[in-house]
Amino acid sequence: MSREATNGVPCGARVLTLDTMNPNVRRVEYAVRGPIVQRAVQIEKELREVTFKTRRPGTTRGVKKPFTEVIKANIGDAHAMGQRPITFFRQVLALCSYPELLEDNKFPEDAKKRARRILDACGGHSLGAYSASQGIECIRQDVARYIERRDGGISSNPDNIYLSTGASDAIVTILKMLVCGEGRDRTGVMISIPQYPLYSAALADLGAVQISYYLEEESCWSLNVTELRRALNEAKQHCKPRVLCIINPGNPTGQVQSRQCIEDVIRFAKEEHLFLMADEVYQDNVYADGCKFHSFKKVLFEMGPEFSSKVEMASFHSTSKCYMGECGFRGGYMEVINMDPQVKAQLTKLVSVRLCPPVPGQALLDLVVNPPQPDEPSYSTFMKERKAVLADLAEKARLTEEIFNTVPGITCNPVQGAMYTFPRIALPQKAIDKAKEQGLVPDMFYCMRLLEEEGICLVPGSGFGQKEGTFHFRMTILPPTEKLKVVLQKIRDFHLKFTQEFS
Amino acid sequence: MSSVQDVNPRVRRIRTPVGLQSLAARITEQLSQGGQKPFQKVTDVSSGDPHRAGMPPLSFVRQVLAVCLYPELLGEDSLPLDVRQRAQKLLEACNGGSIGSYSPSSCGIPQIQKSVAEFITRRDAGIPSDPENIVLCSGSQKVLSLVLHLLSRGEGLTQTGVLIPLPCPHTLPMLLDEEGLTPLPYRLLEDQGWALEPDQLHGALRAARGRCEPRAIYISNPGNPTGHVQDRKTIREVIRFASSEGLVLLVEEVFQDSVFGRDKTFLSYKKVLFEMGEPYSDTVELVSLHSISTARMGECGLRGGYMEVVNIDPDVQQALKNMQAPSSPPILPQLALEVMVNPPAPGDPSEKEYTQEILRMDDILAQNARRACEFLNDLPGVSCQPAMAGLFLYPRLNLPAQMLEEAEALGVEADVLFCQRFLEEERVCFGPGCENGHDRNDLHVRFCVLMPPAALEEVLTRLRSFHLRLLDQFPH
Repeated sequence: MSREATNGVPCGARVLTLDTMNPNVRRVEYAVRGPIVQRAVQIEKELREVTFKTRRPGTTRGVKKPFTEVIKANIGDAHAMGQRPITFFRQVLALCSYPELLEDNKFPEDAKKRARRILDACGGHSLGAYSASQGIECIRQDVARYIERRDGGISSNPDNIYLSTGASDAIVTILKMLVCGEGRDRTGVMISIPQYPLYSAALADLGAVQISYYLEEESCWSLNVTELRRALNEAKQHCKPRVLCIINPGNPTGQVQSRQCIEDVIRFAKEEHLFLMADEVYQDNVYADGCKFHSFKKVLFEMGPEFSSKVEMASFHSTSKCYMGECGFRGGYMEVINMDPQVKAQLTKLVSVRLCPPVPGQALLDLVVNPPQPDEPSYSTFMKERKAVLADLAEKARLTEEIFNTVPGITCNPVQGAMYTFPRIALPQKAIDKAKEQGLVPDMFYCMRLLEEEGICLVPGSGFGQKEGTFHFRMTILPPTEKLKVVLQKIRDFHLKFTQEFS
Repeated sequence: MSSVQDVNPRVRRIRTPVGLQSLAARITEQLSQGGQKPFQKVTDVSSGDPHRAGMPPLSFVRQVLAVCLYPELLGEDSLPLDVRQRAQKLLEACNGGSIGSYSPSSCGIPQIQKSVAEFITRRDAGIPSDPENIVLCSGSQKVLSLVLHLLSRGEGLTQTGVLIPLPCPHTLPMLLDEEGLTPLPYRLLEDQGWALEPDQLHGALRAARGRCEPRAIYISNPGNPTGHVQDRKTIREVIRFASSEGLVLLVEEVFQDSVFGRDKTFLSYKKVLFEMGEPYSDTVELVSLHSISTARMGECGLRGGYMEVVNIDPDVQQALKNMQAPSSPPILPQLALEVMVNPPAPGDPSEKEYTQEILRMDDILAQNARRACEFLNDLPGVSCQPAMAGLFLYPRLNLPAQMLEEAEALGVEADVLFCQRFLEEERVCFGPGCENGHDRNDLHVRFCVLMPPAALEEVLTRLRSFHLRLLDQFPH
């Protein structure tokens, strides 16, 4: 006897299906962990299993693979690629985790001091207690002081600092706050093409309108206000533009915005009453000569009160990149500027729903903004490690650009900053056709072939957005230098072979 | 400048927090600045936060985490061998051998998904659990928000409704608000130890008619804040109800390791579901939630949790995993979770101490719950159902009419006024029952009882002192 439920679901039928679930969730994609990565993981598994079973390295499913490992150059994960953590940070965190180690004289005094201070700020002196939703107060104060030092003394109010579960969490929170309206009044959010696909995923999930502005590949991925204006004016016809997102240094493009450009963007945001979101997680990752990181906040305040008292802004930073590379901790913060007090109250309310960000990530962030000082025992080791990581990245950035530009059909802009290269690839028409045949976008087809033939996992440019008719891939510059050289060589060889095959 | 009119209406509709914890923080701040107050610190027991209340973490867990944080300690002889071996194994499961890398998959570290699945299988007497159905997350609040987000659709009359217990965990209502879901409360029966009564479920569903589209039922078992442990009969009835009414079962089982009531056992919804056989076992859609914010672990600040999905449509499951893709869960709590589900085994160097620490925790919890309950029932105008599990006691208050009037005049809930005064005068922060869904006709407060016994005595002494003063002030 079938009895219909009160809510109309027929007896025995599934309640939760693609059709009955939240429709926005269906539109969420994230290429960085998308289908190509899933295939890479599958190949890795096969390589491991077969190796174990037959003791014959490099075979999978009976088809001999000319590689014994998959190189995952798809995700900005420095430690996964062999980068070492900063000793001081890990010492302090170990002490915080198991305070009995404070008796151990193998740990330097400055590490112990930091650990005690952090534990004093935690409930019950434990990382395991909930913290306040906005983050531990003394850590927010430390973050504010760090920002002040970084920005040449421009003051920062700890009340405007919100600690978060990585920068991503804070970015999504702000976007969530600002999305409203129906139909033609629906919030429009400006984001670059190419962009880091967290933004497009969040906008899809929130049902916000994505307003794409194109970066100029020909001039090193620079941002042009003319293009911002074009995109905005076009968007005004079908939505209400309210937010402008900038990633600086850029992901995937690596461009570092000039000071002039930042000023232009701020002026534009003021004219058009846009809320500025400045994603600055790569702020220490600047390599190219003549390039310098300018924080949006600093520039804003240096433009004088006409701007600094009006433009609404949120800046984001995290512990996942720079020289720390501690993605697994999910540490981060945002600083909000010129937010209406009632709006801020809503923000504070919203973050309290999730209880609090992970306390170890908060502790780590405290160390990042409060590193060893010149008069402290750990200072020289800390500086040495920090310098080494950044120098290494700079060298790899240079090497990558150099080698890719020797390949006919690959054009690579200088990697000014961040952790990626986003070279343009010329694909023969026959390859494009073949891709279509297989139901794949051409750069996905290219990257899949590269994965199957060379065991190198990249992310196709289509996952980040690109000008129609152009193709790219994003590769991280994170593998150790010797391995990176091999990877670059293999991609070069592959590209030539591929071009030949489809000529 | 943006105004509050420009803020997402759904965010605006999230109910305003009562703010006692902020008040507690402010008073703590004043005290530390040497303000003229009689007591030295604030005791905030309004959340299930054992470490804050003075309980120690488990040594083995923290030792393993320390070694994973600073692998130089792998060579530290003063740390037990099994600690170092476990840390070694866990580091090998991390990309690049570092806890600083992202999770290998957006659902967590595969080896830990496997450990969790094995734990569930053991716990449920062999009913298999597939690692593919385990999703690790940054805390059970996040886990729940993912599922609720998935369920949420519609606006106004077509908005998704979720049946929730009354009382419910104090952190739940805001979550429903954020995800745009309509709460449909079903009353738990206080005079039966907060038992779940199927008639109440039907009642809640009837109330939904014409108001929203009910599509899920949320269960807290063992109950937060009630401490009730559901028996097999109840669980079966709920499952049957969910099945016939087309509801997804969301079951939060965080207190499963802290059952102390006599003759009470925790039964997982999954186990009972499978024992019911077909058609239930292969059709009822179930999401079970657990976390490391348990009585024994108390690692609330690390933010670690997981869900196991049962009978969920594969496409929906994939969508769920996609949702987590841009923000994979933190590593450290996953490692703590692994230790929780896979503790030191008999024969391991750390097993004896680990077991002792756990038993001590269990004893303190059971004793405190009993002691506090007796104490409360001795206070005039206070009555408390005995808890059988979990971290909280949830006494009922009969406050003098004049106090109720005063609260009304001040524009606050009476239970909030009670807690506020208690905090200001005695430096102890309880949680008001209105956060758990109760109202002025049914005043309650909650507090976490897991703390060093001496601390509990202090809290109870101050409570009596405050409460008797209150009754003096407002004679009946």
